[in-house]
Amino acid sequence: MANQTKEMRAVYAETLVELGATNRNIVLLEADLMKATGTGPFQAAYPERAFNVGVAEANMVGVAAGLSAGGKIPFAATFGCFASRRAFDQFFVSCAYARLNVKLVGTDPGVSAAFNGGTHMPFEDLALMRAVPGIAVLEPSDAASLRGLVSAAAERRGSVYIRLHRKAVPDLYPAGEKFEIGKAKLLREGKDVALVALGALMVGEALKAAELLAKDGVSASVIDALSLKPLDAELVLREARRCGKFVTVENHQASGGLGSAVAELLAETGAARLARVGVRDEFGEVGTQDYLMERFGLTASHIAAAAKAL
Amino acid sequence: MTKEELASLEARAKEIRAKTIDAIGFLGVGHIGGALSIVELLAVLYYRHLKHDPSNPAWEGRDRLVLSKGHAGPALYATLALRGFFPAEWLHTLNKGGTNLPSHCDRNKTPGIDMTTGSLGQGLSAACGLALANRLDGRDSFTFAVIGDGESNEGQNWEAALFAAQQRLGRLVAFTDYNKMQIDGKTDEILGLGALEEKWAAFGWETARVDGHDMAAIDAAVEAAKARAAAAAAAGTGGKPTMIVLDTVKGKGAKFCEGSVGSHNMAFDYETAKKAIAELG
Repeated sequence: MANQTKEMRAVYAETLVELGATNRNIVLLEADLMKATGTGPFQAAYPERAFNVGVAEANMVGVAAGLSAGGKIPFAATFGCFASRRAFDQFFVSCAYARLNVKLVGTDPGVSAAFNGGTHMPFEDLALMRAVPGIAVLEPSDAASLRGLVSAAAERRGSVYIRLHRKAVPDLYPAGEKFEIGKAKLLREGKDVALVALGALMVGEALKAAELLAKDGVSASVIDALSLKPLDAELVLREARRCGKFVTVENHQASGGLGSAVAELLAETGAARLARVGVRDEFGEVGTQDYLMERFGLTASHIAAAAKAL
Repeated sequence: MTKEELASLEARAKEIRAKTIDAIGFLGVGHIGGALSIVELLAVLYYRHLKHDPSNPAWEGRDRLVLSKGHAGPALYATLALRGFFPAEWLHTLNKGGTNLPSHCDRNKTPGIDMTTGSLGQGLSAACGLALANRLDGRDSFTFAVIGDGESNEGQNWEAALFAAQQRLGRLVAFTDYNKMQIDGKTDEILGLGALEEKWAAFGWETARVDGHDMAAIDAAVEAAKARAAAAAAAGTGGKPTMIVLDTVKGKGAKFCEGSVGSHNMAFDYETAKKAIAELG
């Protein structure tokens, strides 16, 4: 499939504009990062439904809760570090505990925060969000899955956390592919080891790792997790049982997110042996994305090595 | 308000106060102080201002109330029961396992509760969102919010204060229950609020400061806020949100706890409650 040149944030904005055309309840919230999130087109199309709250994430999430209590479907975005760490109690109590319908978008996941460095680098947002009862936690991996999952989030009655990589990433799926909350996709079928990855960067690395492994005669399945919560336990277990060896791959702490979710599932079923690729109890730091991928052990060669060591 | 109307309202406030003391006393422990300090406000809102329909709590055209100081829930539950949102017998289930009346307000459990609150500082933001939703849907409904003085320590209130003024939420009317006490002591000795009314004015709000147990004064301040909102709407502007600072007394009306810091969350037996209710006259 052709490489996508459109940025993910542009796809996010387009999707909201499309959804907003038929659903007047969709409203947008930004906290002085509208230029970064790229949601200007929504504001231009529906100025009365776009609210820039300023540098005040706690209030943004609280206002989103109130809009939801008034029947609206708010999409509120900020960097993932702030969406999770700074406004966690607001999202937990005013949105999730209150059974409201807020879609919180955390951009610049993990190493993609690059030059903003450790203060801005969410390696723990998924761990925090996974602990919130009843919500969905999603990380699209390309333009089509972003469109599909944002649409699914809008339709779902309940709060959702979406991790959004802002830059352009290669296409994995054809336009029109269907996506569901709670469903992963099998991108490549192997027989020796299954790799499950979350998010555009890590799915890309997992596919490269599968190529590296193939050269060494190891046949790897690659699963695009897409929905961390609920996790597609059926597909994970099927591949785990078929391959007997399993590797989780995430741009996040190896504990608390995908690695933990899969570890829990495999420990409870004994379906496969597990290795986890992810950040090992460290804070983020500045650097290029490529440097940081290497620094935190998240590249294809790290994944292939982890698979072979099983 | 006529003399007769005020007398009737005073009778209502007495009922709310009695039911609040009774419910918490029946349980034996609870946030009696901050519940009793807002009784007059609740009487004015629920018997004179708040558009509501107890037979249809989800009525879209209703005015909304966000009790951001969610621990004062028992006073609001007493009010809602008296207004017919649910049977008064429910009041004796306060905080019991499986109850519809938890210590802190829950929009999913209690008919008539518009917003889940309890983690302090969050309700005013939610009230802003409700006011925006009303405006988007072209409704002229009001959104009322009640915050505590201790709660006003939370920075999120001041984020919301800036936001409400920026968005010209003229149909947002908030109250501060300024009983001058918080859990660990007097507000001035913990984290003083200084010139509170002036702070809200400086944040771009219309303000008033009244005796929070003088229902004619509360009523007049709410009427003035409504008149300003109507004038702003006629002029095609949103207007300013209103903050009414209520000078109140923690534990007001119950001798065993009135004016005491310890009344924030206090244990007392049912006999004490019955005596206090008898003393209301």
